Formats: sequence, structure tokens, C-alpha cells
Amino acid sequence: MSGIGAALLNSLDIGLLLFIIAVGLNIVFGVLNIINFAHGALYMLGAYLAFTLINIAGMPFWAALILAPIGVAILAVIIDRVLLRFIYSRDVADSLLLTFAILLIINESVRMIWGSGIHVVQPPDLLSGSVRLLGSSVATYSLFVIVIGLLLLAGLWYLFNRTRVGRIMRAAALDRDMAEALCINTRLVVTGVFAFGAWLAAVGGVMAAPMRALDPGMGDKIIIESFIVVVIGGLGSFPGALLGAIILGLIHGFGGRYLPEVNLLLPFVGMALVLLFKPNGIMGKGANA
Amino acid sequence: MKTKVLMAILAVVIAGLIAVPWIASYFYVFIFTEILILGLFAASFNLIFGYTGMLSFGHAAFFGIGAYATALVLIHLEWPFLACLLVSMGASALLALMIGFLSVRLNEVYFAMLTLAFGMMVFAIAYQWRSVTNGSDGLAGFTLGSFGLGLDLTLGNPSVYYHVVLGIVAIASIVLYLICRSSFGMILKAIRQNPERVSFAGLNVRTYRLVAFVIAGIFAGLAGGLIAPFLRVASPELLHWSMSAEPILMAILGGTGFFLGPFIGSAAFVLLETWITTYTESWMLVLGIILALMVIFFRKGLLGTAIDWWMEVKK
Repeated sequence: MSGIGAALLNSLDIGLLLFIIAVGLNIVFGVLNIINFAHGALYMLGAYLAFTLINIAGMPFWAALILAPIGVAILAVIIDRVLLRFIYSRDVADSLLLTFAILLIINESVRMIWGSGIHVVQPPDLLSGSVRLLGSSVATYSLFVIVIGLLLLAGLWYLFNRTRVGRIMRAAALDRDMAEALCINTRLVVTGVFAFGAWLAAVGGVMAAPMRALDPGMGDKIIIESFIVVVIGGLGSFPGALLGAIILGLIHGFGGRYLPEVNLLLPFVGMALVLLFKPNGIMGKGANA
Repeated sequence: MKTKVLMAILAVVIAGLIAVPWIASYFYVFIFTEILILGLFAASFNLIFGYTGMLSFGHAAFFGIGAYATALVLIHLEWPFLACLLVSMGASALLALMIGFLSVRLNEVYFAMLTLAFGMMVFAIAYQWRSVTNGSDGLAGFTLGSFGLGLDLTLGNPSVYYHVVLGIVAIASIVLYLICRSSFGMILKAIRQNPERVSFAGLNVRTYRLVAFVIAGIFAGLAGGLIAPFLRVASPELLHWSMSAEPILMAILGGTGFFLGPFIGSAAFVLLETWITTYTESWMLVLGIILALMVIFFRKGLLGTAIDWWMEVKK
């Protein structure tokens, strides 16, 4: 029982972290209709900025959790204004290629600034211990990730369903021209949504920093995971991102514990199974099948 | 007039390519071998990207399985080289059929993500199936035996291997070119422009996409079969998605709208990489900036831009 309980909690913390990251990718796709290949690189940037703020500048973890994502969001505004504005009216393939170019630039810049070695961020003292739960000991930090994940989930739901800003975003997603006609500044919405997606990626990065070692390949790994999450859940679907993230979390949590010799393969097997029966993802809509 | 000039340029290029081992150092013989192999890899990718409009981020799966197939056959069976290449093509055809069956029915965004994920699945298998693939170290220590067809060639000699690669890539390119020029190739172009209309014309778009995907996979597998003896190792890096990005970059760099575009792109890519890395470690940074500029300002690639310029001059 204790093994299953631990695996379950582990699945939940991986799943909610993945949700924070993948939902950013999903929102950017939903509103702007671009697949942001650089999303994983922005996640990595969040983690590295947090590392610098904590280990070099000596700030507390909490300050880094607030500041690093804001820094990444500002960078995203610059990326949007300087580069992405050229391709919003073009083919989806062009946005994939341009964000891929941005990924190369960010990855290499990180390698130049921080080196290709591994960096470690310690969790804050308050979260560094462990507690007993469901008959096994669980890292406090895992519980913290779960709580923050749930808070962000509730916040995002509230934002999209109960606020004016959320309604404007959804309106811009459904019909850009109509939103424009209703005096909505869609330029501002586009930049804002891209920055918001980057902010979410960076929050994920800061949260992941104390759990995983920082290396310049970490963004590449998470972008694949995020793609799997949105493919399983359904592209552009908010509940789909949650469901996909939880499923992938379970695959990691239980696969890593019980089937270690094939654990790298399992996420792809899960994805292929979903696609065989629901080509648009579990919560996906649309008629591209 | 225009075709005559182009033919003359092409003839000079071909003569130059044949002469490389006699006029250039061993270093450039290696560089040109790499250009030819990666050019074929990029050209096979362009059949599905430039012609059919499907952006695959998992094309390295076919390149890599071709490399592993040749390495495995050389290690365990010691067959002639041509037979190894046939096995590589068969293996990649089978894999392309499986991945393509699941992927081609989806639209471009899903297609891109799916091919990426399936490509990484193959990478994960190569990485974890240690007993067959030797894990992260890859398969090395195989020796090239005979060529096949009763020909007596010392494939271990870089100049000889270069000429073998040149011959095989030339034949493969001609076959690919004929495929692009056939009515089948025309339908692929039509699918890229408007899949709905092709569908209304009574053609099964999905089948055409799948066939194109498998053909592209076969030629990528052939390129992979050529790269393993060249590098003398078949390692998981050949399957990683950053390897899938290379043909994309080469095709964009050279120009996706032209058959020779990916070859020009491959030459520009490998030569730039060689020269830039002598000055700075950060080749990928330069590459990222070049790619961003190409996508934003020169969507037609080097070849397309050059042809536009040439037309402008002539007017």
C-alpha cells in the first residue's frame, strides 16, 4: 500500500507541474494559433534565472518564484514584438520554424551564460523536510508543488470563466476580426497572451528547479513531455491539458517505480494508444480526423 | 537560354563533385561525403515538407534506423554493402508505415507534434534496448566488407567511399526527382495547396500522404545506411530530435520549393558549421539567428532567392 500511495503522490506532483507548463503552451495555441516550440526553453530560462537569483544574488526562494517568471515574461514581450509579429498572419509551419529558431538561440545563450554543467537549487528550509502521509514519507516539496498546481488551476479557471480579461482572450481566440470590431486591442491581447504563456512556463521552471538538476537540455525534455500532454488531452482544451498531465504523471509515477527498464518508452505508448481511439485527444474537439 | 545556363552550371557542379578527391584535401573529402549524405536526407524530408506540406519533426527516426540496420547487418551477418543498404531501406519503410499510419491523418500541428513524439519513442528504444543497440554508446567496431555486384572496391578508403556515396546519392536523387515530377508528385503538390479540393476530386488524400511519408522514410533510411560506415558508429544521437531538425533547417536554408534546394541547404549548413566552429563554439546560436532571418525575410531559401534575383537581373 505504501508503495502505491507514494507512487500516487509522486504522479500527482509530476502531473501538476506538467499541467502548469503544458497549459501555457495550450493557451498560446488556443488564442494565437501558434505552437510555441520555444516553450520548453522559456521553462528552462525560468529555472536558470531562479538559480541566479537564489545562489548568486542570495535571494530567498520565494522572491525568485515571483521575480524569475516576470523576467521571462518581459523577454517574451520582446520576442513577440521583435520576431513573432512577422508571422502571425502566416502558415502554422512558419510559427513552428520561427519558435524553433528562438529555441536554438535561447538554448545556446543559456549554455554560454551558465555553462553546460549541472546546477542545483536547494528547496527553501520550510519545504526541505518530509512528512508522513498515506503510510509513507513524502517530501514536503512535493506537497508544495501539488498545492501550487491546484491554486494555479483554480486561478486559471476563474480567469477564463469569471473575468473580463478571460472573456476578451476567449473572444480573440474565437474570432480575431470580430474582437477587433468590438474595440478590443487584439495586438495587446496577442502580446499579453504570449507573455502569460511564457510566465506559466517559467513558473513551472522555478518550481521544478529544486526537484531536478539544471542543465541546458532540460527545456528540450519538457517540450516533448508538454507535446505528449496536449496530444493526449486535446490541443487547445483546458481540461484536456489537466487530464493529459495527470495521465502522463501517472505513467511516470508508476512506470518509473514498477517498469524501470521501459520507462522512457511508456509515455509514447500511452500517447499512441490514445490516438488510436481518439485522434484528437481525449478532450479534443474539431474535425481534423 | 535559361535552361542552357542552368544545365551548364549543373554539369560543372557534377564534374566538380566527381573531381573532389583529386583536387581537395582529405578533410574536404569527408566534408563533401557528409554534405551528400545529409543532402539526400534533407531531400527525402522535402518530399513530405516542401511537396506535400507535412512538417515532420521525427524524420531522424528513419535516418537512424537505417544507420542501425546497416550496422547490425555488418556486425552479425557481414553481408555486402549494397545488401546492407537494402535492409536499411526495408527497415525504414516498415517503420515509416507504422508511424505514418498513425500520423498522416492528422492536421499539420498534430502531425508535427506526433512525429516528434514517435521519433523520440524510437530514440528511447535505441537508448534502453541495450542488448541489441548497446545503449548510449551505440554500435561501433564493424568493418565494411565487399560492395556487392562482384565489384572489387576498398570501401575503407575515404576517396573510394566518397565516390560510392556520390554514385548512390545521384541515383537516389534521380529516382526522387522522377517521383516528384510524376503525376504522383503533382498530386502531392496539389495536396499541399488544397487538400480539400484534392479530396473532392475523388482522391484519397490520406493514402497519398502515407505513400509519400513511406517513400521519404525509405530514402532517409538509405541516407542512414550510408552514414553509419562513414561515422563508423550508429549511435542514439542519429535518432534524437535535434537530428530531425537538421533536414528541416537544410530544406529551409536551400529552399523548399525546389528539388535541389535541400542539397544546396545541406552544403551551406555543413560548410557554415565547419567554418563557424573554427571561430566560436556557439554554432547553434548562429544557426538559430540564420533560421529566424530566413523564415521571416527569405522564405524561399537561398536557391529561391537566387533564382528570383536572376530573373530580376534578366528583365
